[in-house]
Amino acid sequence: MTDIGYWGVPLAILGGAIRVSTPFIFVSIGECITERSGRINLGLEGTLVFGAMSGYAVAYHTDSAWAGTLAAAFAGLLFGLLHGWICKFPKVNDIAIGIALMIFGSGLAFFFGKPYVQPVAPDLPAIPLGFWSDIPQLQAALNVNVLFLVGIALAFAASWMLKNTRIGLTIRVAGDSADAARALGIDVNRVRLWSTGVGGALAGIGGAYLSLYYPGSWNEGISSGQGLMAVALVIFARWSPVNCLYASLLFGGAGALGPALQSVGISQGYYLFYAAPYVLTLGLLVATSSAGGSATRAITAAPGELSITK
Amino acid sequence: MTSFLTPNRRQFLTRTAGLAGLAAAGSALPFGAARAASLTVGFIYVGPKDDYGYNQSHAEGAAAVKAIPGVTVVEEERVPETVDVQKTMESMINFDGASLLFPTSFGYFDPHILALAPKNPKVRFEHCGGLWTADKPKNVGSYFGYIGMGQYLNGVVAGHMTKSKKIGFVAAKPIPQVLLNINSFLLGARSVDPTITCQVIFTGEWSLAVKEAEATNALADQGVDVVTCHVDGPKVVMETGAGRGMYLCGYHANQAPLAPAKYLTGAEWNWAKVYTDMVNTTLKGGAINNFVRGGLAEGFIKMSPLGSAVSEPARKQFESVKAEIIKGGYAVIKGPLKDNKGNVIATQGQSFVETDVALEGMNYLVDGVVGSTS
Repeated sequence: MTDIGYWGVPLAILGGAIRVSTPFIFVSIGECITERSGRINLGLEGTLVFGAMSGYAVAYHTDSAWAGTLAAAFAGLLFGLLHGWICKFPKVNDIAIGIALMIFGSGLAFFFGKPYVQPVAPDLPAIPLGFWSDIPQLQAALNVNVLFLVGIALAFAASWMLKNTRIGLTIRVAGDSADAARALGIDVNRVRLWSTGVGGALAGIGGAYLSLYYPGSWNEGISSGQGLMAVALVIFARWSPVNCLYASLLFGGAGALGPALQSVGISQGYYLFYAAPYVLTLGLLVATSSAGGSATRAITAAPGELSITK
Repeated sequence: MTSFLTPNRRQFLTRTAGLAGLAAAGSALPFGAARAASLTVGFIYVGPKDDYGYNQSHAEGAAAVKAIPGVTVVEEERVPETVDVQKTMESMINFDGASLLFPTSFGYFDPHILALAPKNPKVRFEHCGGLWTADKPKNVGSYFGYIGMGQYLNGVVAGHMTKSKKIGFVAAKPIPQVLLNINSFLLGARSVDPTITCQVIFTGEWSLAVKEAEATNALADQGVDVVTCHVDGPKVVMETGAGRGMYLCGYHANQAPLAPAKYLTGAEWNWAKVYTDMVNTTLKGGAINNFVRGGLAEGFIKMSPLGSAVSEPARKQFESVKAEIIKGGYAVIKGPLKDNKGNVIATQGQSFVETDVALEGMNYLVDGVVGSTS
């Protein structure tokens, strides 16, 4: 093994961005699509945990990590559709339902997940993109999981879809003005139902990444709030899927800072380093919000129908 | 208007009096005598009880207690170290009739157990890891094992197996027990080769899967080739470490099934023995000591069987040091020794044997450990 000393820190940030960010990417893109249709699904944390559990369980029984990932997506779809279906009723608050589903999803996952804490399920495959280097640390950092690449492609695809396709336009109309959408003959509830469903399915895949690749095992502490953080990232990313990708990478990389600094011997004040991702997010949010001088500028990208901005 | 569900005061009194009469009649029946020797024991865990780690080791102890005739075991897992644990304890006492409680997590002691103990003088609270002193309530006890000795033995094997002379430790929080484990792991390795250093990474929480994986990866990037840990569930550290080609030393329970080719040995708890002893003492009407400690010799801890990768010299030294420890009076922390900031911990000839209470207030990392306690 080559001694890389302080180079370990940037390397860990690179590796962390690749390893840790994938669940953030999937959940935030999913939530982005949901919110562009005019609803907020705060329950994605529960969906993520349930996806992690169901993915692990199915992968264990079928001996195929891909079957597990599909199962997680399907479970997530059901959770999303449940949220979308409940929210179509008048006077139902989507944020309250989201919180209920978050607790429900985690609780259900813990309940069904009990027998799967001990068994070892197969992992998702990784592509060794570091083959050109003879430094083992770099090879390890560049072991890229397929889902990470899918996530990147998905960010651009979702962005293009929202901008250039009929479906995207329909979603945006439903999200920006329900009245206008109805005047156009669009069934707003149906659009939101399926947008929330797709968002849930993506969050389920994010969960499967956690349990099937990194850290790669199912237990009840598998998610340290990635699902909730990703919902916040959507606002940070101003409802743009590509920005969601960048925000997720930033968050994953900053999260690797704490362990990496300790590993090179900068160990004083590690609790502060662990706060780095949050401080960074807060700082960027303040910086980008106040730049134009206008208080309303920051929120202009927000879909008009969202209950937090209405 | 009154119904059965909303009785007025008179109806309530007649009904409850009737119930009390039934209960009195019940206690006069023959099976009342058998119940005299019965005992309800409550176990409280901070995490899931099948986590390949700390909580699993206690749950295995609880399972052994269940096998004792006349004992009912109630368990609750995932109880946070907050006022929640007080509620759990109160419900075990008031609804399940538990008279012996094992709240197993370190943070349950102060203030939670200390708050409930004076209010429930007939209930015995046995806390794992807390430091009972004579000014604390008499119905509280604390017990722990000298698992640092197990980490010392881990270190002996690690010292033989490391090629890079760098060993690693993924730790949760800098509390005395964790620090003793880290120091013991390094000193064990240094007993083989005094140039070895130990890199420690604190994650800040008892269970944080992604951060534990990141910490293990960061250690691997720095050339660490033997890793151990002190977190609640070592599964993530073991699997990630094996994936990066590191040798593994286990902790809490036996993690050999996770990576048999890489697993060297491990420091395991043996709560089954401790708990059955305590429950049997209580059943016989005896008193448990308020302050219970034990090590390898007493059967409080045990070592995982040595893995196939362990070399012959390592095997020999492991066995001989283990025999020395079992004889008693073994000291890991002994002079001359400095901490990693240069302060003197022990002067020449000074030593702290495994039973020394001073070790339970440890607040330093010894020379050779790369890391800091804050």
